[in-house]
Amino acid sequence: MTKKVFWGALAVAGVAAGFASADTLDDVKARGELICGTSTGLAGFSAPDANGRYEGFDVAYCRALAAAIFGDPDAVEFKPLTTTNRFSALSAGEIDILSRNTTWTLTRDVDLKTTFVGVNYYDGQGFMVPKELGVSSARELDGATVCIQKGTTTELNLSDFFRKNNISYEPVPIETNAEAQQQYLAGACDVYTTDASGLAATRASFENPGDHIILPEIVSKEPLGPLVRHGDDHWADIARWTLNALITAEELGVTSANIEELSASTENPEIARLLGTEGNLGEMLGLSADWAKNAIMAEGNYGEIFEKNIGESTPIGLARGLNAQWTEGGLMYSPPFR
Amino acid sequence: MAFEPYVRTQMLDPKPAPVTSVGPAGWLKRNLFDGPGNSVLTLVTMVAIFLLLAHLLPWMFLSVWNADSLAECRQIIDETYGLDHSGACWAVIHDRFFQLVYGFYPSELYWRPNLTFVLMLVALAPVLFTHLPRKMMIFSALFPFIGAWLLWGGSIWTPLAALAGFALGGAAYRYGSAVNGILAIAAAVLVPVIWWIFLMGPIARGLHAVIPLGIEVVESNQFGGFMVSIVIGITAITLSLPLGIMLALGRQTNLFIVRAFSVGFIEFIRGVPLITLLFVASTLLNYFMPPGTNFDLVVRVIIMATLFSSAYIAEVIRGGLAALPKGQYEAADSLGLDYWQAQRLIIMPQALKIAIPGIVSTFIGLFKDTTLVSIIGILDPIGLSNAIRADNAWNGIYWELFVFIGFVFFIFCFSMSRYSMYLERKLNTGHR
Repeated sequence: MTKKVFWGALAVAGVAAGFASADTLDDVKARGELICGTSTGLAGFSAPDANGRYEGFDVAYCRALAAAIFGDPDAVEFKPLTTTNRFSALSAGEIDILSRNTTWTLTRDVDLKTTFVGVNYYDGQGFMVPKELGVSSARELDGATVCIQKGTTTELNLSDFFRKNNISYEPVPIETNAEAQQQYLAGACDVYTTDASGLAATRASFENPGDHIILPEIVSKEPLGPLVRHGDDHWADIARWTLNALITAEELGVTSANIEELSASTENPEIARLLGTEGNLGEMLGLSADWAKNAIMAEGNYGEIFEKNIGESTPIGLARGLNAQWTEGGLMYSPPFR
Repeated sequence: MAFEPYVRTQMLDPKPAPVTSVGPAGWLKRNLFDGPGNSVLTLVTMVAIFLLLAHLLPWMFLSVWNADSLAECRQIIDETYGLDHSGACWAVIHDRFFQLVYGFYPSELYWRPNLTFVLMLVALAPVLFTHLPRKMMIFSALFPFIGAWLLWGGSIWTPLAALAGFALGGAAYRYGSAVNGILAIAAAVLVPVIWWIFLMGPIARGLHAVIPLGIEVVESNQFGGFMVSIVIGITAITLSLPLGIMLALGRQTNLFIVRAFSVGFIEFIRGVPLITLLFVASTLLNYFMPPGTNFDLVVRVIIMATLFSSAYIAEVIRGGLAALPKGQYEAADSLGLDYWQAQRLIIMPQALKIAIPGIVSTFIGLFKDTTLVSIIGILDPIGLSNAIRADNAWNGIYWELFVFIGFVFFIFCFSMSRYSMYLERKLNTGHR
């Protein structure tokens, strides 16, 4: 008997080893958890807390996706990735989805063979200066020394901006955001430039944030969003519509607080379709009927996630700006759930 | 009256040395105020040291140990020491201490890395201190399996099956040598390799299905902090020494293929930066393996670090071999020792002794190089410092983390350096 079990287990192990599926959703379901590539640490977007649990804006999206698939926002494993190994980890199949404040560009979409599933944060490059410099516009920065992270798109945007405005600057190249903060505070440069969300987070960490101002000019487009591998449209659909579900939920006023009530008794057909009490949208995606409901319940709708991690009530204190709903003058616009 | 030459019949008592050359005053004059030039230098240096300490000590000691965020730290400092004072916020170390040490290892399982660390010290003891009983070496040989099992967890059959590979190799050698010497060596290498690659996994799983014995699995993406530095550092150090010796011997041998391989390997590895190898480990290897294979990233890094440091060790040992007089080789030959006996009994003990400072320098360098893994996304202390800073509570903290990490690394590296000096003193006794 035991001998039979032994050889049986051996055979099963052999078959399991030889089996590899091309469908990401099947792989994820078989594994029992989602593997989400995220940043090694970016304030407000992804950071492990003292217990090692990842929190943040990019992280919340992965939790929502895990909840949409498994109904459990914790069925996700986070893999910290750097700017250099994020794309190779995705294309080699080490992660199922990359949610790591990655700018959507043509090269990345086409040449690196990835599929961006949408934009979850419209960022742009900004400038921070000490108040005592008395500057109110980036056009007055002629001759300034500028701290800038090497090898990023921000470096190229910066030179474009100064050239376009026909003013000169002196770059001070630095490696990381933390180093930049130190250099800027020590007065090694007059201006610090990076994505506006990063500037806000940096400024919030200063001892006297009021002594520094972020200039109104935004000199580049940085649409950040999650992305998946080319070639599995089904998986990209799931990722895209999970993001859309979070955005739509905010638009329709569905929050993690009132979702139970709404799913039990809503008159609005669009909410009913979204929450799976009507229609078969979940089935079309290969998920359960209440997939979107689970996704929204994980960390709240888009607006709630924004407020909780990077919004005005947090130390980072970002205004919604471009990231407001289209009905409020922003760019967040989800295609209809129909 | 005859001239009586003056002859002193008794010794005069020695006079005490002048006040300026003994005691504290003498020491000061000899060492600090020896002439105007040196006096000026001394004064300038003292002012510099004073200024440094006057800024550093209040920062280090008039500081905060208990707070939940950087903002709270600053508030406490302002209230306690006044608005002008800038003190360190050690609260971040207090708050994240376990994370810096264990990474994301489950907190209820901290005993496993702790136990592994203690067992590691026990296993290292007989290697480092020769007066301990030699039987302890048996434990040292078993420790890699015990340690890996404790850290990664899982079925107990996996380390046992891996260990069985060595037993199979030994058996193959024994039975093979009855037939033919070369066959025996070939069998001793091939049998375990075949076992490890093809048979070990399924058989360990099968055994586990029949008799499930094991502890909770902890995947290496939960490793982090100093634990990951120590795991990578110590493993690579212990594995690279034997590998380095083999490569150094291979480089000197007359067997063409072995020599060509050794030279090629050493020169290739030494010609490539460690970061490149780490990138190969973290990104390129994935493309070579079938999709879905999950080859542990920490193990990949350990392999790369081992290969890297073994090439350097090989060159350091080659230096030791080159320093040995030719007579030593000839003496060994004239005693009728074969190649391995000569190496074991005559050549290596002397060559290694000469090479100790170089070997230890390489090890210290390797241990510090483990911080490079933060670049490929492993959360070692440096990587974690970035992650901790990304927390809203600690965003903006900088020096405290680096000072703490540097301090811990200093303890490790300084102990290694002291040990090497102890070893040199001990081994040099015969030549003084």
